[in-house]
Amino acid sequence: MLPTELILPIAIAYVALLFVVAFVGDQRARAGRLGWLKSPVVYTLSISIYCTSWTFYGAVGYAARSGLEFATIYLGPTLVFVGWWWLLRKLIRIGHAQGVSSIADMISSRYGKSTTLAALVTLVAVVGAAPYIALQLRAVTVSYQVITSAGPENPSGLPGAHPDFHAALWIAAGMALFTILFGTRNVDAKERHHGVVAAIALEAIVKLVALLAVGVLVVFGLSDGVAHSFSRASPQLLQSADVFGARWVTTLLLSAVAVVCLPREFQVTVVENVDERHLRTASWLFPLYLLLITLFVLPIAITGLSLLPSGSSPDMFVLTLPMWAGQNAVALLAFLGGFSSATSMVIVACIALSTMISNHLVMPLAMRFKWVPLYADGEVRRFLLNARRIGICVMLALGFVYFRLSSSDALAAMGLVSFAGVAQFAPSLFGGLYWRNANVGGAIAGLSAGTALWAYALFLPSFGPDVVLSAATLRDGPLGLALLRPQALFGLSGLDPLVHALFWSLSVNVLLFVVVSLLRRPRPIDRLQGTLFVDVFRAPAEATSGLLRRTASVQDLDALAQRILGVGEAQRFFARAAREQGLERGLPIADDPFISQLERKLAGSVGAATARALISEVVTVETISLDELMKIADETRRMAEHSRQLEEKSRELEATAAQLRDANARLTRLDQEKDDFLSQVSHEVRTPMTSIRSFSQILLDSRDLDGARTQRFVRIIHDESVRLTRLLDSTLDLGLLERGEANWPRTRIDPEIALEGSIRICEGLGGGRVALASEARAVGAAVEANEDRLGQVFINLISNAIKYNTSASPRVTVRSAVRDGVYEVLIADNGPGIPPELRDRIFSRFPGGLARSRTAASGSGLGLAISWQIMRHLGGNLELVGGEGPGACFRVTLAAMDSAAPREPRPA
Amino acid sequence: MAVRVLIAEDDPHIVESLSFVLGREGFEVSAALDGEDALRRLQTELPDVVILDVMLPGRDGFEVLKALKADPALRALPVIVLTAKGQAHDRRMAEQMGATGFMTKPFSNTDVVDAVRRAVRA
Repeated sequence: MLPTELILPIAIAYVALLFVVAFVGDQRARAGRLGWLKSPVVYTLSISIYCTSWTFYGAVGYAARSGLEFATIYLGPTLVFVGWWWLLRKLIRIGHAQGVSSIADMISSRYGKSTTLAALVTLVAVVGAAPYIALQLRAVTVSYQVITSAGPENPSGLPGAHPDFHAALWIAAGMALFTILFGTRNVDAKERHHGVVAAIALEAIVKLVALLAVGVLVVFGLSDGVAHSFSRASPQLLQSADVFGARWVTTLLLSAVAVVCLPREFQVTVVENVDERHLRTASWLFPLYLLLITLFVLPIAITGLSLLPSGSSPDMFVLTLPMWAGQNAVALLAFLGGFSSATSMVIVACIALSTMISNHLVMPLAMRFKWVPLYADGEVRRFLLNARRIGICVMLALGFVYFRLSSSDALAAMGLVSFAGVAQFAPSLFGGLYWRNANVGGAIAGLSAGTALWAYALFLPSFGPDVVLSAATLRDGPLGLALLRPQALFGLSGLDPLVHALFWSLSVNVLLFVVVSLLRRPRPIDRLQGTLFVDVFRAPAEATSGLLRRTASVQDLDALAQRILGVGEAQRFFARAAREQGLERGLPIADDPFISQLERKLAGSVGAATARALISEVVTVETISLDELMKIADETRRMAEHSRQLEEKSRELEATAAQLRDANARLTRLDQEKDDFLSQVSHEVRTPMTSIRSFSQILLDSRDLDGARTQRFVRIIHDESVRLTRLLDSTLDLGLLERGEANWPRTRIDPEIALEGSIRICEGLGGGRVALASEARAVGAAVEANEDRLGQVFINLISNAIKYNTSASPRVTVRSAVRDGVYEVLIADNGPGIPPELRDRIFSRFPGGLARSRTAASGSGLGLAISWQIMRHLGGNLELVGGEGPGACFRVTLAAMDSAAPREPRPA
Repeated sequence: MAVRVLIAEDDPHIVESLSFVLGREGFEVSAALDGEDALRRLQTELPDVVILDVMLPGRDGFEVLKALKADPALRALPVIVLTAKGQAHDRRMAEQMGATGFMTKPFSNTDVVDAVRRAVRA
């Protein structure tokens, strides 16, 4: 026996240690240093909360009572993790995609986010979990009593027949406090409880080590090795007739389903999963864990049965055997192991269930009856947290009440009642993953009927006669109706009560689920969610959301998000969304994908159904039903048919279409030209900008430049700025010309005056290097033109001829004449000439090569284009002609007027 | 020995600024005003780095780069491609053709110096 004064501090110190681990885990997660927290091993260890005190103490008791049947409880999960991992993967993928916060949320999400279904699942889960929590309370209470009172002199374990309910109440209160401290620090249920998971992983190691330690003690300390320990087995124990019978199959099925459907298992496997790939590790490591933890169950059971006095509780062999052997250290370790397995189950189950209670029972009611001001900051968060805290207390209270009332003293029997309860989720959960037509009506009908039958045939009778159901009702049926006997419904007698209850509840559940689903027409949202679940690997969540078109004021959404998520979190979320939409600042656009994203985010806090209700308060929904879509598609098809007929009838239509195509092609080409032009302008602007930037940077950086250098660099900057200005002016000028906005006045002028002026201006350009020769000239010519603009053309041509002339003895000649009523000017040079590949586009903008400056601050590349445009506007022409010699020769022509009969000037 | 840089660029002011900036950092700078000139110079004086403008008259920068990469004697020579277009297309092309660096006009003087230093080290 170990004194209370020792056990209590050790238990409290152990809890404190767990709390430190959880705290450190949370801190690390908050700081973003997940490290080992996101290891697949931690994930697997957290899944092992499947092994509760039922496993730790109860498995031995189970084995002692029913032989090998205990193994089915571990074979079921093994089959699921090894063989059905693809089902788990689908659940996890959907969980991540939909922001699922619990199994109730998952099922309700699948069926059109139905509030009713979510509430129903929650109720079933809560009622179903009560026996399971009772089991943990019982185990901890009894083990505490055993370790503080039993000893070698009193090995039977229990001082009296009854567990100490007074101690149990304290234990329940302690666990409630512990869970509240652990699990309700944050409102976002989707946000992983990294700290809790870390603590649970530690507990998983403690319980495994403890059970292995007891096993080693039993096999190698109390027996003479494995063979010896098995030799004590009674033949009945190993060759129970029921092996592989109906009960065997039932418990196998139950445990396989429970490992997915138990709220706490769903919590750790799906909700707390950080990385889908962790499942790969869990699929072999979790079965291995199960194997290790059950390795010594049979030897312990056999040894306990043969060594301990008859009447000892087999559920406590794990504790009483070490005590009987006087191994107090091992006994203490075993006590801590059992304590670990109980606390981890209670914590996670209560977190999962309280989330479900707050999100799916309390919140919808609160919204309907306006218990909580939705429009006050932080109120909803506080309300939700309090609802969760109360939920945790309620769960432990229910567990305590069941423990107090229940007649069963076998841990395994209590656990199986729970298993059968959560198994009712299986048809709607698994059916919904693979059957597209499954809908909310079927799910509600199946689940309610199945649960009712489970409650009537298994749950209520499990309290024992005369607690809830009277002994008479149990024996003869209500009001003596034999057909309705709880444990022999509709005359089906002779079955094990568990098999019987499961047979009826699951059969009716599945039947109603299928039949009602087939009878009811799905709403669009059912279809949408159904598709999202069934095809989760095919379509991303956003792709199908086109069926619901929603709009909202982004301010309303922001206000709502701040109330639920808190100001900081909401701001971060909106800022991130705005960035994803490519907005620099401000609020994101409240389009449908964003609303869906926000809804999923809120669902993480309040569950899918409530989130949908909250969002719908500020959103205008426009539902496009599939029927409407079909109609639209139909319409389109008819239109296509109609237009085909029209096309057949009318060849003209085709011709028009061809013309349209042509026009479109032309427009496209023009567009392309415009793009090219802009790209060219950008290039032409960048070149002078480069010099300007580079030289100004030099001037800024170096204070020690000599005066001459500084002068030169400033001069270059100046020249390049002028070049830049000229380029921009020319661009604008050309733009005007090309749009036909050339409304300068045209008068009768003597073009020779303009030509002479231009020659004079250009004379200084070559720096005296270039010989500018004026040869034969027209006399007395008259044209209708604008003198300034004509001069601009001449200056451009002559200055080009001078500037680009690289000949050793550069020479430019200008000739003019009137021939056949046409005034003609030829400007020729002996420079490098125009390369053949440029001749075709010499008058287009930025022909390249030519315009590319060979001298600094040269032309903009637009001069010839502008000149050509001017001549066109004047009714004349500018062309490149084959000059004599190697250089280039440009010809300007204009209609000459009869010089003998001058006319009055007239406007253009 | 001073690091030698060949600038192939047709705008004399840009050549002047680059020459000044690089010369001040202790590089030995020479310039070619078109693609032919650049290739001719590479045959006689092997520099340590080439700064190559894309829009050269005659054979443009990409043609020069291609010729350069085809010549076993010049293949390893680091080339920094300079463009005033700044389009992703030019950059991709330069990268595919094996250019060491890529700079857009207008450039910052320090960026050019850094790019040349990096090219020499690499």
